[in-house]
Amino acid sequence: MKNIAPKLQSEQYEKNFSDLHPPFTQNSAVTEANRCLYCYDSPCMKACPTHIDISTFIKKISTGNLLGSAKTIYESNWVPLTCAKACPVDVLCEGACVYNDKEEKPIQIGRLQRYAIENYFEKGMPALFHKASKIGKSVGVVGSGPAGLACSAELALMGYEVTIYEANKIPGGLNTWGIAPYKMRREDSLKEVKLVKSFGVDLKTEIMIGKTVKVDDLLNKHDALFLGVGLGESPQLSIPGEELSGVVGALDFIEKVKTENWHDIQVGKRVAVIGAGNTSIDAATEAKRLGADQVYIIYRRSDVEMSAYEFEYELAKRDGIVFHFLTSPKQIIGKGFVEGIECLKMKLGEPDKWGRRKPIPISGSEFTIPVDMVIKAIGQETKSSFLSTISKLTLDEEGCVIVDQTTYQTTNPKIFAGGDCINGGKEVVNAAYDGKRAAHGIDKFLSLPKGGK
Amino acid sequence: MVDLSINCAGIKSPNPFWLASAPPSNSAYQNCKAFEQGWGGTVWKTIGEPVMNVFNRYGGLDYNGQKIFGLNNIELISDRPIEVNLKEIAETKKLWPDRAVVVSLMVESKRETWHEIVKRTIDTGCDGIELNYGCPHGMSERGMGAAVGQVPEYCKMITEWVTEVSTIPVIVKLTPNISNIQLPARAAKAAGANAISLINTINSIIGINLDTFELKPNVGGLGGHGGYAGPAVKPIALHLLSQVAIDPEVNLPISGIGGISNWRDALEFILLGASSVQVCTAVMHYGFRIVNDMIEGMSNWMESKGFTSLDQIRGKSLQRVNDFGNFDLLNRTIARIDQQKCIHCNLCYIACEDAAHQCIDLTPVNGHNKTEVREKDCVGCALCSLVCPVENCISMVRIDDGSASKTWNQLTEEFKRNGKPMTWENLAEFQKKHGIEIH
Ligand SMILES: Cc1cc2nc3c(=O)[nH]c(=O)nc-3n(C[C@H](O)[C@H](O)[C@H](O)COP(=O)(O)OP(=O)(O)OC[C@H]3O[C@@H](n4cnc5c(N)ncnc54)[C@H](O)[C@@H]3O)c2cc1C
Ligand SMILES: Cc1cc2nc3c(=O)[nH]c(=O)nc-3n(C[C@H](O)[C@H](O)[C@H](O)COP(=O)(O)O)c2cc1C
Ligand code: SF4
Ligand code: SF4
Ligand code: SF4
Repeated sequence: MKNIAPKLQSEQYEKNFSDLHPPFTQNSAVTEANRCLYCYDSPCMKACPTHIDISTFIKKISTGNLLGSAKTIYESNWVPLTCAKACPVDVLCEGACVYNDKEEKPIQIGRLQRYAIENYFEKGMPALFHKASKIGKSVGVVGSGPAGLACSAELALMGYEVTIYEANKIPGGLNTWGIAPYKMRREDSLKEVKLVKSFGVDLKTEIMIGKTVKVDDLLNKHDALFLGVGLGESPQLSIPGEELSGVVGALDFIEKVKTENWHDIQVGKRVAVIGAGNTSIDAATEAKRLGADQVYIIYRRSDVEMSAYEFEYELAKRDGIVFHFLTSPKQIIGKGFVEGIECLKMKLGEPDKWGRRKPIPISGSEFTIPVDMVIKAIGQETKSSFLSTISKLTLDEEGCVIVDQTTYQTTNPKIFAGGDCINGGKEVVNAAYDGKRAAHGIDKFLSLPKGGK
Repeated sequence: MVDLSINCAGIKSPNPFWLASAPPSNSAYQNCKAFEQGWGGTVWKTIGEPVMNVFNRYGGLDYNGQKIFGLNNIELISDRPIEVNLKEIAETKKLWPDRAVVVSLMVESKRETWHEIVKRTIDTGCDGIELNYGCPHGMSERGMGAAVGQVPEYCKMITEWVTEVSTIPVIVKLTPNISNIQLPARAAKAAGANAISLINTINSIIGINLDTFELKPNVGGLGGHGGYAGPAVKPIALHLLSQVAIDPEVNLPISGIGGISNWRDALEFILLGASSVQVCTAVMHYGFRIVNDMIEGMSNWMESKGFTSLDQIRGKSLQRVNDFGNFDLLNRTIARIDQQKCIHCNLCYIACEDAAHQCIDLTPVNGHNKTEVREKDCVGCALCSLVCPVENCISMVRIDDGSASKTWNQLTEEFKRNGKPMTWENLAEFQKKHGIEIH
């Protein structure tokens, strides 16, 4: 890189990546819990993709039954700390809270959940559930992201022998490696991994399935398999200059930020992030918080079409990120390293098949933004090159694994799947739900008279 | 212009708001500060026998994050000598001639002792005397306070000792810890008291510490009953006030006390017959400054209703205090939900389903539940409207046309006339005739 942003003081990094939503104190938690109306068949519970019994866990906080509160949460969700900190609550539970209809502030469900779960970990994870006796069947789980963890926890408690195979040295999937540090730190994710392991789940790291160990080996070894392999890196932009030094993939960049070795990360003085999804926002705000002077988000369409959530957009604006809407990168300019990005102005045309209006280039509208770094964040590729080698698995045209909506069984009866690899990239909470449901699908399958054979 | 001034048995004050005899009215400093902020009067913290307080003496009842919904105390009367108090009372009255300064007294049950304290008190120039027959702890064990208030004969005897020498109005302050409040009130009247005040605090244990098993407040490992006051006691105070106010044998001015925190509470006491109102816990919680809103809020309310003096509203609701047997059994109300206002919390549903008459239907409609009352089954108990968190969302509407009316007393009378015994069958026949079906 030509111009590297100067390094910050350690305290400054800590400050920049400190909690977006600070924890409740005991008093503030109880006060907020008491504000909850204890709705019956509550709209917040329905809006939660894992259907946590929110009014019940909040009521338990108000009475000081914190262990019971954690138990209520775990009954529905195995990664509640991550969810508490990283869920887009505005569009989920908190967005459905009845207080919105009263024109009052919704209950801060995420922060209350965090309060209950952090207390649970502080208390040293006392046992909440009874583990059923051994069934004598084993399940292999590929990937230790939220989908894999949820599936493993549920199966282990039902009495299955569960082995997780994780390619990475440090487990947890994107909970560990993806979610912005000002939402949650790696150690939070690792606590949730530790809890799942405490149910007797065997976690094997640094095993990339498909390389030395094949899926067929696992199929021979286990009675069923669960795939929670998530997605991959951001796709190529396929424009000239992509090979220049200073062009990086968003996932790679974010993963480095998640190591929390902030001093060692090189970030350009001026950074362009291509794309306007939630990952783009994360990459942009993280670059800014690492010390970049100017961070631009470059997006082909307008703010209306962008897939980032409203609150993420607001966060980026607060961080001083500059948005170039209706702008498409044409080429990355530079000799050896990035010096600028040439863009083209766009206008919106007819809606495409998803109803999003198509961007059309305005000829002769080229202009160049001088930058030192380009972060590619136009989505995530599916793991189709790996998935397509698995026998009898069917993928849709996007490369997502096709599963039965209730059992999560793939077209290979012994294989189940959930999380980003079946939905193309949603939220942690969806992966957590899939994993849990798939565990029941697997249990149902393995309980068949033929035992799944 | 609204005039808030009152005259309670000859004791006048520019507004009805008095400090109750309690910690806020303990000293000249406090009472003068209260007057500066607008309080109309004070009942000086009870003076009398030598006492010594324990250190930890209050316990608070918090409810859903609201602090001091109720307050319990094991405090005694003034722990400063009589001389000091009398000197400060005289100074205070001199400085504040237009405010009511009433002095609360409690001494041992000896005629001479009472004569002496009454005379010395009158010498301060104060406007009246209040006899503390209510203190439920500490003093009662020594034969004073509630020990007097609970026995009408003692109440009468001691009040006579006071009235036979007093040249200023005498108020008798009653304890609520008695099954029939009218008896001590009548005793006070018979003994020549000029007014009644009520209520003093209610016997209570405020709570137990679940970690240490100690009572609250905890005094070196021990605890016991104390006196309960604050917002939680208001309904009890209102009831006892009404009982004394409607008793023709009493017929005395009343100073209302118990859980008054604002002008709304105060108005309720006045509507049930109180001349002045006294406040303790609310001041202990927030300080004297609350009187500003009390005066302003009450004046604004009076103005908006077209009243100019408190005499126009005093006792206005008393005529409505009546017995169950005179209530109209055919005055039918049912619940109706305003679907525009509903926020879909479903609290009305679960309340009616689990605790009333199972007549609210839940039907899923685009992502939420619609709650609807099955009107023919609704018994009009109003529970749903009480739990509904949205103002005016569930209203109780009257559905009978008023043409038929029957009270329980009339019904039993009518049955008797027609030689019908009061049986479930005969009652059902009556209900059926009026289209009432209870499942
Ligand atoms: C930058 C970023 C930020 C995000 N922020 C949020 C957020 O704030 N809130 C939110 O709710 N969601 C967020 N998400 C989405 C969320 O992280 C994912 O939806 C979720 O992690 C998906 O879970 P998963 O278990 O399906 O996959 P992953 O979390 O991706 O886990 C997959 C795991 O499988 C392992 N694996 C893959 N292939 C193999 C193999 N062949 N053999 C062995 N192991 C393998 C991987 O190493 C990984 O550990 C974010 C995503 C990104 C990219
Ligand atoms: C701490 C405390 C001490 C009190 N001391 C006295 C007292 O000395 N004499 C008295 O007549 N009443 C005493 N009371 C009773 C109050 O005067 C009043 O009757 C009672 O608190 C109810 O009013 P409230 O709900 O406004 O507090 C005391 C109350 C409290 C809370
Ligand atoms: S909708 Fe809001 S008020 Fe109702 S239970 Fe959920 S968090 Fe509580
Ligand atoms: S008034 Fe009572 S019976 Fe009628 S709907 Fe409400 S709760 Fe049910
Ligand atoms: S209690 Fe009120 S707001 Fe809640 S569902 Fe019933 S009518 Fe609607």
